[in-house]
Amino acid sequence: MTRKMTGAKMIVQALIDQGVDTVFGYPGGAVLPIYDEVFQQNSIKHVLVRHEQGAVHAAEGYARSTGKPGVVLVTSGPGATNAVTGLTDALLDSIPLVVLTGQVPTFMIGSDAFQEADTVGITRPCTKHNWLVKDTDKLAGVLHEAFHVATSGRPGPVLVDIPKDVQFATGQYEPKKPSVSHYQPPVKGDMTAITELVAAMETAKRPVFYTGGGVINSGPAASQLLRELVEATGFPITSTLMGLGCYPASGDKWLGMLGMHGLYEANMAMHDCDLMINIGARFDDRITGVVDLFSPKSTKAHIDIDPSSINKIIRVDIPIVGDVGHVLEDMLKVWKSRGRKTNSEAVAKWWKKINEWRSIDCLKFEQNGKVIKPQYALARLEALTKKYDRYITTEVGQHQMWAAQYLGFEDPNRWMTSGGLGTMGYGFPASIGVQMAHKDALVINVAGEASWLMNMQEMGTAMQYNLPVKQFILNNERLGMVRQWQELLHGERYSQSWSESLPDFVKLAEAFGAKGILCSDPDDLDDAIMEMITYDGPVIFDCLVEKHENCFPMIPSGKAHNDMMLAGVDTQGVIDAKGSVLV
Amino acid sequence: MSALKLKKGSTSHSAYNLRANFSDVIERHTLAVLVENEPGVLARVIGLFSGRGYNIDSLTVAEVDHTGHRSRITIVTSGTPQVIEQIKAQLGRIVPVHDVHDLTVEGPSVERELAMFKVSGTGDKRVEALRLADIFRASVVDSTLETFIFEITGAPEKIDAFADLMRPLGLTDVARTGVAALPRGD
Ligand SMILES: Cc1ncc(C[n+]2csc(CCOP(=O)(O)OP(=O)(O)O)c2C)c(N)n1
Ligand SMILES: [Mg+2]
Repeated sequence: MTRKMTGAKMIVQALIDQGVDTVFGYPGGAVLPIYDEVFQQNSIKHVLVRHEQGAVHAAEGYARSTGKPGVVLVTSGPGATNAVTGLTDALLDSIPLVVLTGQVPTFMIGSDAFQEADTVGITRPCTKHNWLVKDTDKLAGVLHEAFHVATSGRPGPVLVDIPKDVQFATGQYEPKKPSVSHYQPPVKGDMTAITELVAAMETAKRPVFYTGGGVINSGPAASQLLRELVEATGFPITSTLMGLGCYPASGDKWLGMLGMHGLYEANMAMHDCDLMINIGARFDDRITGVVDLFSPKSTKAHIDIDPSSINKIIRVDIPIVGDVGHVLEDMLKVWKSRGRKTNSEAVAKWWKKINEWRSIDCLKFEQNGKVIKPQYALARLEALTKKYDRYITTEVGQHQMWAAQYLGFEDPNRWMTSGGLGTMGYGFPASIGVQMAHKDALVINVAGEASWLMNMQEMGTAMQYNLPVKQFILNNERLGMVRQWQELLHGERYSQSWSESLPDFVKLAEAFGAKGILCSDPDDLDDAIMEMITYDGPVIFDCLVEKHENCFPMIPSGKAHNDMMLAGVDTQGVIDAKGSVLV
Repeated sequence: MSALKLKKGSTSHSAYNLRANFSDVIERHTLAVLVENEPGVLARVIGLFSGRGYNIDSLTVAEVDHTGHRSRITIVTSGTPQVIEQIKAQLGRIVPVHDVHDLTVEGPSVERELAMFKVSGTGDKRVEALRLADIFRASVVDSTLETFIFEITGAPEKIDAFADLMRPLGLTDVARTGVAALPRGD
């Protein structure tokens, strides 16, 4: 059944056919026909953000917390360019998004028309794919293909640029049907390679699962299979920042996060293991540190849906290209059919070693005195919010790393953070996107005061849509992570890393009609957090914390995993000249 | 199994300068990339090379199947084996790319390039240029009293060799098409 309709109507129809319930956007001249259609329907909720970057991050939060693609609608020119940071963020973290941009009419393209930008040119390197649609008859087909590409294989953001005349013109609507696209990334892993990995698992003495965001992207079933595999083999498991929640933090095989600010036991296990099983992670430089010192004694297996991830940074011995869920299923099948073998004696010895590392208790801190330690604030937040139906987003900086260290995630899709791009300003709009998808959940953005200010205008959105998002700001009045690096690398010359002239966050909240809470005394913290949780509406929680706290453990730039800095050590001169060029 | 035929163990380079410390030899590969002939597809391929810092030694592109909307991009690139593998994998994940063939490793292939050389000179040099052109089976496609334009087709090395010979004889201008290549047999 095909139907004639305008391009603008087709867009709304295609979104409905794709099961979209929420669109984040901002209107402008080049998308007015689409907004006219949005006005005349009730199937799709439109969330009016306050800046297009906010729309894209909100859509990321929506996508990451639901597993569905996030949808964004913005105008041409500045609307599109404002979306670029969000697109790049989603590309690096493999978040499925469909971004629709208006464009000047086809006959004006190339004339430097008002609000014209070469949107497909600008976004080519920051999308998985993009399209400029010049013919209304092709519009519906492209939109359906856009959803297919965003969500198949390694997910990512796509963009469809739609000139205004194409929105007005009438054409044939193509209904959604099974994709005829040649783009069909294989999901099944090679059975020979899977068998080779299982054989390596049977004899491994010091195995470790190194998991990442790919497990989350593969869907909840993949996390379930991972749990089964971990419990069945008894192997230790660590995860990247992006993978937190794929295995429960309360599980006894859990080593905590690894990487630059990862846990001592996780990094030591990675360094000393003899079999590394990478599941849906990508050997990012935050994880590997210096590559030639990375886990020198291990056989490395790598399961990834994207062939270009294999051998990109670390050469691996057993590459398996496929979807994590499918590969885990086959691994379990093969492992069981071969008699469920592990080298349990050696693995028990390995656990003894790991428990020695654990006993160092690398996250210990002391809350003494009248100033709140950021670690303490997060430990209390964890204790008081754990039992809730809780989703956490973060901004970028020290608070982000502390959140990853001190909050525990039991399930996938509960933790939204900007990993690959490290985008300050991500967390607040992301929390709005999450809350839109989970109306009754407790959604908390763990923020730094500097990051939070980058998209603070979204308070208007939170108020307008009655979204009770909690902005938990660890306010150190510093660009804390920058300050830490200046302390470690630049002779404590704190160049431009002060947050000067900060607003009164309580008054700021009140100005928007929200609630503001200020807390500076550790003794008041629990009550203040409870007040935040129980308040029915958006809250800005201004938590004044220790200003010069450093985030540890830390693998200094240019060092190996077994060369970590722990809290309480002398921080001067640990990073040499070679290390200091690294970011 | 090592489906990608790479050595065991971690790489000997830092994530921050992936290629500088790379000890492996630089290899030259000819890649045939079959793409959907849609707007922007060449920009995607070129953007990949510039964005990730890969080399393009030569590149040719033309539609090869009008009804099927297919174009063929032939790229000659150079890099260490790891870089070549990355290039192929990165090309493979561009959505409108249908197929990537590494003609250098996939068995014998035939490479051809067309070039035009403008050589200006008089007297002995002019005669010598004509004589050498004959040996290389280059044909004269234009001539004035002081210049020739030679057209030559062949493997890139043959064209390089011809250029070397023409240089002392008054070579003033070169236009080369870049390599087109096809695998031999079926
Ligand atoms: C958009 C953007 N600009 C700059 C940076 C560099 N940067 C990383 S962390 C940081 C400081 C963040 O300060 P704050 O949000 O207060 O968090 P804190 O580290 O103090 O917890 C900066 C400037 C970045 N990551 N993103
Ligand atoms: Mg701060």
